Amino acid sequence: MTIDAWLKAACDDAERRGLPDLKPLLETLARATAALRDADRLIDRTRLEP
Amino acid sequence: MRATVLSIGQVSPLVKSGEVSPVDLVRTCLERIDARPELNAFITIMRDSAAAAALAAEQEIAAGRYRGPLHGIPVSVKDLVDVAGTPTTSGSAVPPRMPLADAPIVARLREAGAIIVGKTNLHEFAFGTTSEESAFGPVRHPRDGSRSAGGSSGGAAVALVEGMCFASVGTDTGGSIRIPSAACGTVGLKPTYGELPCDGIVALSTTLDHVGPIARSVADAALMFRVMKSGAQAAPRPSPVQRPYVFGIPEAYFCDRLHPGVRAALARTRESLARAGHQIRPVNVEHAERTAHVYLHIVLPEAAWYHAQLLAAHADRYSPGVRLRLEMGRYVLAEDYVRALHLRTLLRQAVNDALKGCDALLLPTMTIPAPTLGEATVDVDGVREPVRGTMLKLTQLFNMTGHPAIALPAGTTDDGWPVSVQLVGHLDGTDRLIDTAAAVEPYSTGGDGSVGGGTG
Repeated sequence: MTIDAWLKAACDDAERRGLPDLKPLLETLARATAALRDADRLIDRTRLEP
Repeated sequence: MRATVLSIGQVSPLVKSGEVSPVDLVRTCLERIDARPELNAFITIMRDSAAAAALAAEQEIAAGRYRGPLHGIPVSVKDLVDVAGTPTTSGSAVPPRMPLADAPIVARLREAGAIIVGKTNLHEFAFGTTSEESAFGPVRHPRDGSRSAGGSSGGAAVALVEGMCFASVGTDTGGSIRIPSAACGTVGLKPTYGELPCDGIVALSTTLDHVGPIARSVADAALMFRVMKSGAQAAPRPSPVQRPYVFGIPEAYFCDRLHPGVRAALARTRESLARAGHQIRPVNVEHAERTAHVYLHIVLPEAAWYHAQLLAAHADRYSPGVRLRLEMGRYVLAEDYVRALHLRTLLRQAVNDALKGCDALLLPTMTIPAPTLGEATVDVDGVREPVRGTMLKLTQLFNMTGHPAIALPAGTTDDGWPVSVQLVGHLDGTDRLIDTAAAVEPYSTGGDGSVGGGTG
């Protein structure tokens, strides 16, 4: 799931649940998730144990 | 000097000899609690049970049944930790749990003769760094009530510096023992992950949660830690051999933006250690700049999982800010949580690599002194930063990697606010870290009992 799609779905859900104040936090989380995914290249999948 | 500002190391021989009675110690601590209710340090004060335990301790000691250096010593317990017969409120208006049994670490302290005077206030469910979101009022800094005492174990640190107890039990998921220790000028120890059991403690993030002591000296913290780990039978460790220690200072990320008073404290400590013959070397913790992003994707979903049922039943009873952070965790994708877990492994290896050839890493505990309550951002060396983010910046990595870490008082800023340095030791090397911290303590001002000055 792309971060844009995730953020839209999350904000829509927060709105539906009556939590509009959650939106700026979700936007912050989206930026953190983008940085996390950027770091994904650091993980050497050939060395992961089962 | 008031007995309640002595360290345990200073007062316990007096208790053993009968020169000081546990009854008087408990009475004095209760008087100190009553003297400053505006600090909101305690949620539950255990007057009757503490008085009864003190009388029993006095009689046992008089009869020659001295249990050890915690016998008859008043301590406090963060109200996230179960103490049989008292509510565990977690600082929340959510209905508390009513434990029938002590958490194991509490049982061990009691077995060693420690007397619990009460349960201390905290940031609700330990999910914050300032201790201001609590159903029992914000914990206020003893030096200036408009400032935070740090968090989440804010009440624990305030209780100690105000002489309301001789040591406190805190918990630490991102820095919650070390941050209030830095803000208030106490010693705070986070052991290696898993070394002390978190059974009987309300979880925040089960793979990041730690429990440990807040104390007036390294020796007191060591005593508390060993009893919390092994009970009354904890074997005293011999004094470490005096030798030059090797400290690695990670400049990048950890020192790139600090309050000038914090930077000066680190420089003072570094120079004093070097003059005393210890070795200081620069080190690098690779990928440290990834810390906050990785941490967020672990703590949020783990906290959301733990609170899912309580949120379903009592969402309106949480503080708004804490509730929103918990709700945020429900939106973290499983894929990103797993990604964060793998990156945590990478960070653990990076800390191990930085520690190679060193006894410990030496860095500040917190980038700033105690912040003002109610502020969302704070000035850090000329730049506005989010309060929560900057308070966690130097501590949360070691919750993820599990390395033991200890906060030591390091004097004050020019205007008198406590500042702190942190030592980080090798995995499963908490005892070695304590020995190293004991060697550093004389060189980071504060030391035994003076709690870093500036405590009002």
